[in-house]
Amino acid sequence: MKEFFDMGGYAFFVWWSYGIVTFVMVANVIVAKMKRKRIFKQLQELSEES
Amino acid sequence: MMQFIHKYGSPKYFYQWSYGWQRWLTVITVLLLGFGLYQGFFVAPPDYQQGESYRIIFIHVPAAWMSMFVYMVMAVSGIVALVWRIKVAEIVIGESAVIGASFTALALITGMLWGKPMWGTYWVWDARLTSELVLLFLYFGVIALHGAFEDPRTGAKAAAILAIVGIINIPIIKYSVEWWSTLHQPATVAKFDKPSMHISMLIPLLVMALAFKTYFMALLFARTRTEVLAREKNASWVKEVVEQES
Amino acid sequence: MTPKRKQRLIFVMVLIVGFGAAIGLALFAFQKNLLYFYSPSQIAESEVEAGQMFRLGGLVVEGSVVRQSDGITTEFDLTDTAGSIKVSYTGLLPDLFREGQGIVAQGKINQQGVFVAQEVLAKHDENYMPPEVAEALKATGAKHPASIPKTTIN
Repeated sequence: MKEFFDMGGYAFFVWWSYGIVTFVMVANVIVAKMKRKRIFKQLQELSEES
Repeated sequence: MMQFIHKYGSPKYFYQWSYGWQRWLTVITVLLLGFGLYQGFFVAPPDYQQGESYRIIFIHVPAAWMSMFVYMVMAVSGIVALVWRIKVAEIVIGESAVIGASFTALALITGMLWGKPMWGTYWVWDARLTSELVLLFLYFGVIALHGAFEDPRTGAKAAAILAIVGIINIPIIKYSVEWWSTLHQPATVAKFDKPSMHISMLIPLLVMALAFKTYFMALLFARTRTEVLAREKNASWVKEVVEQES
Repeated sequence: MTPKRKQRLIFVMVLIVGFGAAIGLALFAFQKNLLYFYSPSQIAESEVEAGQMFRLGGLVVEGSVVRQSDGITTEFDLTDTAGSIKVSYTGLLPDLFREGQGIVAQGKINQQGVFVAQEVLAKHDENYMPPEVAEALKATGAKHPASIPKTTIN
């Protein structure tokens, strides 16, 4: 197990790479979901006014 | 062909048909990512030269491929938007630019983290790395232009022109490693009959590449659907959608 | 297609072709500046002026690597299979530096004709395989698909 996380001495580079990619890809999804929520809220307010 | 574009590009119809696609692509993405990561970390052996560090390839190369693929999607929707004035195509320019910029940034960052231990440097100004950085700035330019005008349709037109002009950078990135001497090595998967990679390493690479592609399509559908609703807020079908889904 | 759309389509085509041609010509004109490194045989053809700082790329000749007594200076021959040049470097070498491997060094040629490098970067090839497969390839005497750095300008 320790050997796996050590990545033959390249742990820093491998895990930072995967970490940053995971962060950006997850963040993209969260941002999209938040925007959808926000737009829906606006649209609901709009239809309540009319 | 034209009828096809007009039919699938009508905001209301797009919103309907894209729903199923988005769902299934999300499911497929999760499955492919799981399989690809398992293959990449637990099945693929270490490389004879680079040891374990080469495992960065399973995200670096898919991200770099996507940086170019997304650009082509963006440029083609730019052409459709300019010539046929399809609203959904105008929206796709801006939404794909954001996703494409993030893939380009990831390709550059993972490349730097791979270059340091293997080449001995984070960055060099060779033709491949420089043209990929230019791609990132092209994306930034498209995003900025898209939002720079009061009228979103004018912004989309300006962004479309930049996106179309920037297509020229794509063959430059792709062939930079063949046309000029670069520190970056030539393509591993250039010819499909004989890639320069052992099959046990090639499978996770291709699976991850496919996963990135379905991830992009699912995210593009999701983002575009939201933006379609926002732009068409006064249409009666949008009001129905809001009532139904809330 | 309506005439209006046809007009716009032609505009787009002209845009792509015109811009492509302009960039293509510019790249062609600056081709030499886009090379990241020169090869030993290009140096032999004296494409680089003496005393000028430049990058040199090639394969480290097998059996040519000599560590000096100071412990951090390394000397080796660099080849592109056509020409060869002696390189001297003081400093830490990258992990991938080994005999038969491609490298790119930055520095100057001194009076003795030795390339004195200030920086050495490893250039790896596009081949990936498990160690056992590489061993097996070596054992059968099959030529190892080493990367010969491309240097020719067409």
